[in-house]
Order: sequence, then structure tokens, then C-alpha cells
Amino acid sequence: MKMRKINLEKTLGLLVLICVLAALTNRPAYAQIDPSGEWAPRFHEDQPERIPGPELGDYLGLPVNDAARLRADSWDATLLELPENQCRPHPSDYAWRGPAQLRIWKEIDRESQKLVAYHTHISWQAPEQTIWMDGRPQPPDYTPHTWQGFSTGKWEGDILAVTTTHLKEGWIRRNGVPRSDKATISTHIMRHGNYLTVAVIIYDPVYLSEPFIRTTDYFLDPQQEIAPYPCEPVIEVERPAGVVPNHLPGTNPFLLEFPANYGIPPEAARGGPETMYPEYRGKLATMKTLPKPAKRVPYN
Amino acid sequence: MMKILRNGRPLDISLILVATGFLGTIALIQLLRAQVNSSAQQTQRSPTQASAQPNAANAEVHILHVQGNVYMLVGAGGNITVQAGNDGVLLVDTGLAPASEKVVAAIRQISDKPIRYIINTHVHADHIGGNAAIAKLGSTIAGGNVVGTIGESATQGAAVIAFQNILDRMSAANTPDTATEGAWPTDTYTGFEKKMFFNGEGIEIIHAPSAHTDGDSVVFFHRSDVISTGDIFVTETYPVIDLKRGGSIQGILDTLNRLIAMSIPAEKQEGGTMFIPGHGRLCDQADVVFYQEMVTIIRDRIQDMINKGMTFEQVKAAKPTRDYDPRYGRTTGFWTTDMFVEAVYKNLSEKPAGKSASEER
Repeated sequence: MKMRKINLEKTLGLLVLICVLAALTNRPAYAQIDPSGEWAPRFHEDQPERIPGPELGDYLGLPVNDAARLRADSWDATLLELPENQCRPHPSDYAWRGPAQLRIWKEIDRESQKLVAYHTHISWQAPEQTIWMDGRPQPPDYTPHTWQGFSTGKWEGDILAVTTTHLKEGWIRRNGVPRSDKATISTHIMRHGNYLTVAVIIYDPVYLSEPFIRTTDYFLDPQQEIAPYPCEPVIEVERPAGVVPNHLPGTNPFLLEFPANYGIPPEAARGGPETMYPEYRGKLATMKTLPKPAKRVPYN
Repeated sequence: MMKILRNGRPLDISLILVATGFLGTIALIQLLRAQVNSSAQQTQRSPTQASAQPNAANAEVHILHVQGNVYMLVGAGGNITVQAGNDGVLLVDTGLAPASEKVVAAIRQISDKPIRYIINTHVHADHIGGNAAIAKLGSTIAGGNVVGTIGESATQGAAVIAFQNILDRMSAANTPDTATEGAWPTDTYTGFEKKMFFNGEGIEIIHAPSAHTDGDSVVFFHRSDVISTGDIFVTETYPVIDLKRGGSIQGILDTLNRLIAMSIPAEKQEGGTMFIPGHGRLCDQADVVFYQEMVTIIRDRIQDMINKGMTFEQVKAAKPTRDYDPRYGRTTGFWTTDMFVEAVYKNLSEKPAGKSASEER
């Protein structure tokens, strides 16, 4: 009987401890770790791609298919000069990558005090994304697609997991590698104190052979002020109506500059799912590179 | 994690975290895969196939308010535009004939005013099929000498406005476009455009020469800032070039360029002038620009191949559309990729080889 009594006391004690722990960790399900705040970007990841910009013909590490390669090979940067393209913001899956300050704030229903949505504002071209947290359904497929798309969020532990659809066509890399308007984006926003990590996974049945994931980091900056970003298109170069700058297949003269300048096998520069994985380094060592130019070939 | 704790299963917290993370990731991947699959299946659904469905009478017709006075009806074949106000109801296209009852029911959800006008963008059955059934329910505003001469019947039925070629095709005997008189346009125009004012806004009906067909019109609702494009602009397939009815790739491109020039996007190249395509989702200028870029690039490539003396079989083998095929291409159905390439090739081969845009630069 004594042994049983001791065991009972221990069990009760354990239960009380569990209840106390449960009570201490019992936070509302709608705001595990609030990502709201002013966030300054950090560029240690992929700096050459993000700040000076990607080089033409560099698809290395992207799980692109042949269709995406030809789209990118045909792409002419002069497209960005056309008035109708000048004020396009980055789509919500790419916007994090820009040299862009970030603000996140939450929208609360006054009566219930429940979280309705998170909103993001990014400085370059000032795109604003709404992440609905109120469980609303997706709009029908005949409604407009936008640069920021339609996003819903839910908590997965302390991670804000966001699903985005209804996007306009966008870009995976700013050298013409496309992302289609059929893509679904899964974004994971993770806050660790003063650091914010945003992981974006792109699922594109049109241009990607496998999902593509990348992360972007921010640091909390309460003193940050974001300036307005007005944009008004102008005619920079007179062109005949309807001209769309593009390279005909097999005629883009810039595609070999990247592999030549960096001593990368041209085949590797073409990208593809295989080039995402560490094992590819072994294969790289067996592949032929182009003769390195005596002087680095300028690319812009 | 909290649910597991509340259910009285005090497992090791690190184990719970790992398991939850693992299961959450699996669930998320499965969910996203399902969404991507669903999206891919939607890509495979051709609007032209959808428009040819025999059970259109059972199809669900959806209403989407665009902006201002204008609504879009989806599901009755081609998209239908409804402009409604105090003066009555104006339609752009009428969908497939079997869907007429559902179209009328949808219109009545928007307005109980009489149907006054129907504008036809082109002659295809998925856009004019409901003319007869819907027009007879409406009434035309008429009076004075018109009623005096014709009688009260002058006001019976909605006026059907179209480019002259549509009436010519529908009223010709024994052609694929032959239709009963009740479906014919009652008010045709020739030349560049026809203008009217209805429900407090100017409406511009602009002829697009030799584009999807030779009788195309696009309709611009000025105050609402909405343009109905007919099948010159669609979102799910390559443009259908109906060569037998006078269509041409250059006419489609000229009209797409004109649509871009006519429209003004709002902030961040989004919204502003909205476009109701012949098939597919509601769009803005940026969507038209993506489409125009695609059609122009493919035109440039095929023109370049023609200039080099390549035969159609050689052009087809070179796959000049292969970067756009996963998005717009079809291997089966009413309008396949091969049919599109053949139409462009034939069309561009009909005239002396011109310069591609890349050569013009």
C-alpha cells in the first residue's frame, strides 16, 4: 500500500507539472511568434545575384526545364525598357530577394481581437502582400491574378506558413528565367528574436522540374523608415509599335560569357534539378570548361 | 503541439516537436502537390474544348463584378460581358445556345431591367449561340417614325449589334455559320468603329480587321474602364487564328498592341483598365502584355524560319513554340499547338517575307 501511495503521489505530481507547463506554453493559436516590425535586409546570401544582379545565361542551381531555358535564352534586357514594363514590382515570391526594406504589420478585428491578416510592404516599387489568417477560401480561378497573388497563412508551430496562388507570371532569376502564373508558392516566415528568415518554395508545373527553395534573411530595425516609391513610365527609346526585344533561338551572343568568366562548364550553366544538389560537384569536376578569357568579358 | 499535450499524452517535447515538424512538412508537401496537380489539370482544360461541351445547359454560370457597371459571366461557353444600369442591360456576346436559360438567370441576378443591346464580338457559336433565345426576351428603345412605320414590333427584342461580316456569314445559306433569322444582328456597322452612350457611359465598338476572324469587334466601356476582347485575347491557349474566316496572326498582334495602347494600368502596372478575355480569367494590361510578348516572339521566330526558306515540316520540327507549350500548348482538342504553328506559317507565307522584329532593331 505504501509503495502504491508513493507512486500515486509521484504520478499526481507529474500531472500537476505537466498542467503547469501546458498552461505556461498555452499561447493563442493565431500568433505564435509575431513577425510584425521593420526589417532590414541582409545580403550575405546570394549577394552577387541580388545586388549587382545575375549574369546572363546563369541558370546554375535552378531546377528549370527546357522550356524555361529557351525563355531565358530568348530574353533581352531591353524588354524592361518598354513603358508597360518599367513599373512592374517584383512578384511576392521574388520581392524578398530585392535590395528591399521590409515592413510587416498585422490587421486585427476590433470586436473579436482576432488576427485577420498580416500585411507586408517592401520598399522597391512598394508591393504590398496580404496574408489572410481568417481561413477564407481561395477565390475562383476566373478572378484576376496579381503581382502579389492571393495568400493564406496558418501556424505550423512557431512558423507562419503561407500558401500563395493567383500570381501573374513572374521571374525566378532576373536574367529572364520565368516563373509561370500557374505556380503555387509556399512561404515559411520564421522569427528568431531579432532575426527573420523567409523561406520560399516555388512549385511551378510549367517551368520547374522540381520545387525550388531559397531563403532570405532580415534583421529587426525599429528605426527604419521606408521612403515612398512612385513610378511613372516614360518612353526611353522610340520604337515601332509592337516591337518585343528578343533573341531568336541560337542567336543570343551573351550566353557563354558566364561559364567562360567563372570557369564553369557550359553544360552546368544551363541548370536543371541535378545542379541543385551537392553531389553535382563531383560531376562538375569531370566536365570540360571553356578557355578562360585573358580579360573578363563584361556582361553589362 | 498543444493538442497533444491537452489530450494527456505527456510525450517528450523534443520528440513531439520533431514529429510535428515532420508530419507538418509531409502534410504541407502533400497539400501543395495536390494544389499543383489541380493547377496542372486546369492547364490541360482547353477553353475551346470547354466551349464545345455538349452539356452546356448543365454548366454553372458564375457572375463576377468587374468594376463600374460591368460584370463578367463565366461558364456559358465564351465569356459574356454584362453592362447594367438605369437604361437597361447590354451584353457583349451570349455564349452557347444551350446555356441561354442559365445566362438569363444570371443576368436577372444583376438587374431586372430590360435587355436592350447585344454586341457580338465575332461569329463563333460559343459567343453568339444565345443570340436568338436572349434577344427575344429584350426590347429595343424605339419610337417616332420607326414605330410609326414598322409598328409596335419595332420595339420587340433587343438590338443585336455586330460588324457587317457577321450578318453576312450568318445569313448566307448552307454554311457552317448559317443561323436562324432570330439570331442575326439587327444593327451592323462597317468601317473603323461604332460609338454609343448607354447607362451613363460611352461605349466604343472597335473593329479589329482580320484578327481572330474578319468580323471581330472589341468593346470599350469608357467610364467603367473595361474592355471586352472577344477571342483576340484568351488566357489558356495560343490565339485561335480562323484562317477560313479571314483571321490573321498580324491582325491579332495589331489588336493586342492597340489594346495595350488603349489601356491605362493603375499603380504598379496593375488594375486600372480591366480586360474580359474571350475565354479565361479576368485580366489587366500586364496580362495582355505577357500574351502580346508571347505571340510576337513566336511570330518573329516563324517569320525568321520562313525567311530562311524552311518548309512547314521543318518549322514544325524546330518547335518554335516549345518554351510556351507547357503553358499554352495542346496536343489534342479543338486548337492544338501544331494547328497554331501551321496557321501562323501559312499566314506569314502568304505575303512576301517581311522583316522580323529582331531584324528591325
